[in-house]
Amino acid sequence: MKKIIVSMALTIMLITASAGLAAPIDAFKGQKGTLDISGGTAHIPVMKEAAKRIMSFNPDIRITVAGGGSGVGVKQVGEGLVTIGNTGRALKKEEISKYGLVSFAFAIDGVAVVVNPANRINALTSQQVIDIYAGKIKDWKEVGGESGTINVFGREDGSGTREVFTEKAIKKGELAPSVNVVSSNGAMKTAVAQDKRAIGYVGIGYIDKSIKAPTFDGTVPSQENAANGKYKVTRNLYMNTKGQPEGLTKLFIDYIFSPEGVEITKDSGYIPLPAGK
Amino acid sequence: MKDNKNTPIWLKASAAYVSSLMSALFIFIALCAVDGLMKSGPSLFCSVWDPERGNFGILPMIWASGLLSLSSLITGWTFSVGCCCFIHGFGPRWAARFLANILRIMTAVPTVVYGFASVFLLVPLIRNGLGGSGFSWLTASIVLSLLIMPTMVLSMDSAFKTIEAQTSITSAALGFTREQNIAMVVLPASKQWIWSSALLGFGRAAGDTLIPTMLAGNAVQYANTPLDAMRTLTAHIGLVLSSDVGGTAYLSLFVAGGILLFVSISANILFRLMRKKIWMQG
Repeated sequence: MKKIIVSMALTIMLITASAGLAAPIDAFKGQKGTLDISGGTAHIPVMKEAAKRIMSFNPDIRITVAGGGSGVGVKQVGEGLVTIGNTGRALKKEEISKYGLVSFAFAIDGVAVVVNPANRINALTSQQVIDIYAGKIKDWKEVGGESGTINVFGREDGSGTREVFTEKAIKKGELAPSVNVVSSNGAMKTAVAQDKRAIGYVGIGYIDKSIKAPTFDGTVPSQENAANGKYKVTRNLYMNTKGQPEGLTKLFIDYIFSPEGVEITKDSGYIPLPAGK
Repeated sequence: MKDNKNTPIWLKASAAYVSSLMSALFIFIALCAVDGLMKSGPSLFCSVWDPERGNFGILPMIWASGLLSLSSLITGWTFSVGCCCFIHGFGPRWAARFLANILRIMTAVPTVVYGFASVFLLVPLIRNGLGGSGFSWLTASIVLSLLIMPTMVLSMDSAFKTIEAQTSITSAALGFTREQNIAMVVLPASKQWIWSSALLGFGRAAGDTLIPTMLAGNAVQYANTPLDAMRTLTAHIGLVLSSDVGGTAYLSLFVAGGILLFVSISANILFRLMRKKIWMQG
């Protein structure tokens, strides 16, 4: 009995304390409804954490987060299947005019070339990466590694990560037909983490001990370098809505830009952008 | 169809509903595929897939789909016939029961579980043991043949059961052992079912999307050795679906879908004809 009273008192204290501070999440008080989010896979950690916090604060709100890639994000938000469609690239003119979409850039993410941690390569130049993806360099020996065929992994058509990589890392270079294709940042990480002879690319937020990012043209692909402009292979992460967001959708987007949302973005390994950029 | 008047209305209604939905789907895919062929036919039938430079070849995918489904069917079907004989008298009773139960459980395992387990178990095994990246024709084919086996074994098994029940006493009276009965009597008599189970297996093998997407590597090239990566039509549809709406790349997906539909329909018709022939002979 005593325990219950204490825990009740604690809960009340907690509630009043959080109300007193007027945390950003309070905006969701008394709200109801569902919010469906899909698209870019780089966004998922941020979206999931935000959704988790909002749903545990107010169980009347249901938020679903799905992947699919940037192309899917545009298509689904445009067709009204989801309320927020995420993209890891700026929208194309035709996409904006066709669906009437509005974009909110909330973070910067770098895309880094990655290899297996057992690979002794610690530096790659952009020219080497271009040649590897074009199929001109086929053996790790040719770039100073242990001899062995390079297993090249790329992403599917329509992936935002792939678009940044092709445009900024290999400068629209050719892709050999033998490049293996995986369909998410997570699948790329699994493929490279398992294979000693693999090369691939992921959003910097996905880099951990299981994969290694060699320096690219002498720069360490880190979020700091992406933020200060030293590392060039970067992109913005966008949330897109059909028309100006309203109600729950607007609250969610505001939450991502609030101090708490900024914290989540940072913890997920991205550099937050202020609203209205 | 004899007692048409006594068929409940809801049965008729659901039959009409399902068949109209199916035909609408067929017509839709056929129309879109023809549209795609008319607008961009020649550019589709080449070997290079590079939408950024205006190359939309889907020939490597057609090749891959054919290779993968046939190779999986041949291995899967052979093992299925073997399993079925094992269950019906060639294996010890406890092992037969064990195998039959395993196969029954296998039908309930979702495809993604096979794919996921193989990424972590089979792919490294192939990569370290045989070379390549491990994501290959061989890997996908092994898993796919495993995936289509239970359906084939179970459909053969029911035929075996019926025919064995009809013939076992007669054969025993003639001095046949159970193994001899299976090999000499049951197997030839259930020919029709053995063939039609191959059709079932082929349909599943050609239509499966997840296994080739997860395990075959998806590189757009002609796979020459079993260790090469390949991209099947189904995986191709899955991967390209997320790119832009409209344009040749998008239309090519309908052509790919149309080809898949055409192949499975022709396989169906072919097997039906074969079955009829065997039926008439028997």
